[in-house]
Amino acid sequence: METSELLQLAIAGLKNGSIYALLALGFTIVYAATNVINFAQGEFYMLGGMFAVLAFTQFELPLLVSVPLAVLVVAGIGMLFETLAIRPRKDAEPMALIIITVGGSLVFASLARHAFGSDALPLPEFTAGPSFLFAGAAIERQTVWIWGIVLVTVAGLTFLYSKTRLGRAMRACMQNREAARLMGIDTARVVMISFGLAAALGAVAGVAVTPLTSTRFDIGAGIAVKGFAAAILGGLGSPLAAVAGGLLLGLIEQAVIPFSSALKDVVALGVLLAVLFLRPQGLFRRARREKM
Amino acid sequence: MSMLSVRGVTKRFGGVTAVDDVSFEVFEGTIHAVIGPNGAGKSTAFNVMTGFDRPDAGSVVFEGATITGMRPHRIVRLGVVRTFQNTMLFDEMTALENVLVGMHARTRVGFLGAALSLPGVHAEERLAREQAHRILRLVDMDDVHAVPAGDLPHGQRRLLEIARALATEPRIMLLDEPAAGLNNVETAQLGETLRRIRDTGVTVVIVEHDMGLVMEVSDEIVVLNEGRKIAEGPPLLIQKDPAVIEAYLGEETPDA
Repeated sequence: METSELLQLAIAGLKNGSIYALLALGFTIVYAATNVINFAQGEFYMLGGMFAVLAFTQFELPLLVSVPLAVLVVAGIGMLFETLAIRPRKDAEPMALIIITVGGSLVFASLARHAFGSDALPLPEFTAGPSFLFAGAAIERQTVWIWGIVLVTVAGLTFLYSKTRLGRAMRACMQNREAARLMGIDTARVVMISFGLAAALGAVAGVAVTPLTSTRFDIGAGIAVKGFAAAILGGLGSPLAAVAGGLLLGLIEQAVIPFSSALKDVVALGVLLAVLFLRPQGLFRRARREKM
Repeated sequence: MSMLSVRGVTKRFGGVTAVDDVSFEVFEGTIHAVIGPNGAGKSTAFNVMTGFDRPDAGSVVFEGATITGMRPHRIVRLGVVRTFQNTMLFDEMTALENVLVGMHARTRVGFLGAALSLPGVHAEERLAREQAHRILRLVDMDDVHAVPAGDLPHGQRRLLEIARALATEPRIMLLDEPAAGLNNVETAQLGETLRRIRDTGVTVVIVEHDMGLVMEVSDEIVVLNEGRKIAEGPPLLIQKDPAVIEAYLGEETPDA
């Protein structure tokens, strides 16, 4: 295989991986706040694309308005979902809550089918124009957008966690909810904001990728598996690890393609199982220290 | 002036009355100790006083507001903070960050402010950090501000928990056996720290086994035995109180 072909695969891997990274971040943030794996995460990705298409084609808003608007709306939906479906059962076992998120995922998908139909809906690229050429490989403009968005998101989250009051409150809840409450932190509010943030990240990923792939009511579940595998690969811990997990999963998928492109979608599940069997704490985390 | 009043508090667990009609007043600017032999009901009384357990009868009133049954983060915002026997620190955060979390209830910038990085955010964050360093200095721990709480030795973990509680800017601070597991030197430092805290205007309540510490730092002592209050007064009177001596001598393995 030629270098340019390898490079092309790597570019595709990092593009898909960036999307997985955003989803993995969503899984990680909700898990940190609640110990729940939110399987509705993929639906936020689908809804992000849907609302952007709606704003752009139905309401004829400019793309630069439609995109952030869609993200905000989905963030609101995420918080509403937490308030209506999770909070009333917040003292239940994590497994019961996980089942609720699976149910929520089905509800979102059917509502989307009713509201938006069952066709694939397109969105134009954020900036039109020919692909960039780099050492014989082509990089679509939208791919550059996706990378830029991931970089900004990770920088923003790192800032949030290390330098702001809200970020510290989120980390405090993650480490010791009881103590966080005693420090005057309204933990119910932190959980709601975590869902909103995770939904926004899912929506960002969905909006960014729709110009390349279109969106449809039933794409949520498939991407959720990828994002979940990436999150597990990263160890459900720090934001950076989630991003690394996403990028790595994207690259592994592309590495498989020359052998059999049919295998691509099995990769995520394979990685998921391998990590759970061999290294359940994820690739980037020391095994959990036991504390008295 | 009375700051915290415990009024006729009774708490039962099944058939056992752990706290039986206990009343006392905590005055502003004092260090107030609650002592008693094992099983006297100290911890239960403490949990009721901090709003953690609802009493079966009676109430706890802080500056006119009944705190029984109030949600923990609200109680903290009123100015009542507690620590635990088993320290509950954020182990993966540094000492400084632990204190900063304590300041959560007193800083104002909300989610949008932080997300949009409004001008006030940086100024507030900087002030918060300066204040956190000041609090760490108060407990002689500023030199380890960058160490994760989980890596600190036991004595410093206890002090850090006190520092974090102070960061909530309490009017009154309740400490559950702060000297547990400390050696003599550390206990002496703790006593010094408690006095310093009182002198900054924070009222202190301790539930404590270590009689040396209690007699040295307390302004007022309440003695519980088998769920009932058997004595109260300043240390010199308590040491001579026949009911107290009786209660402690009757205990098979005295802690003090």
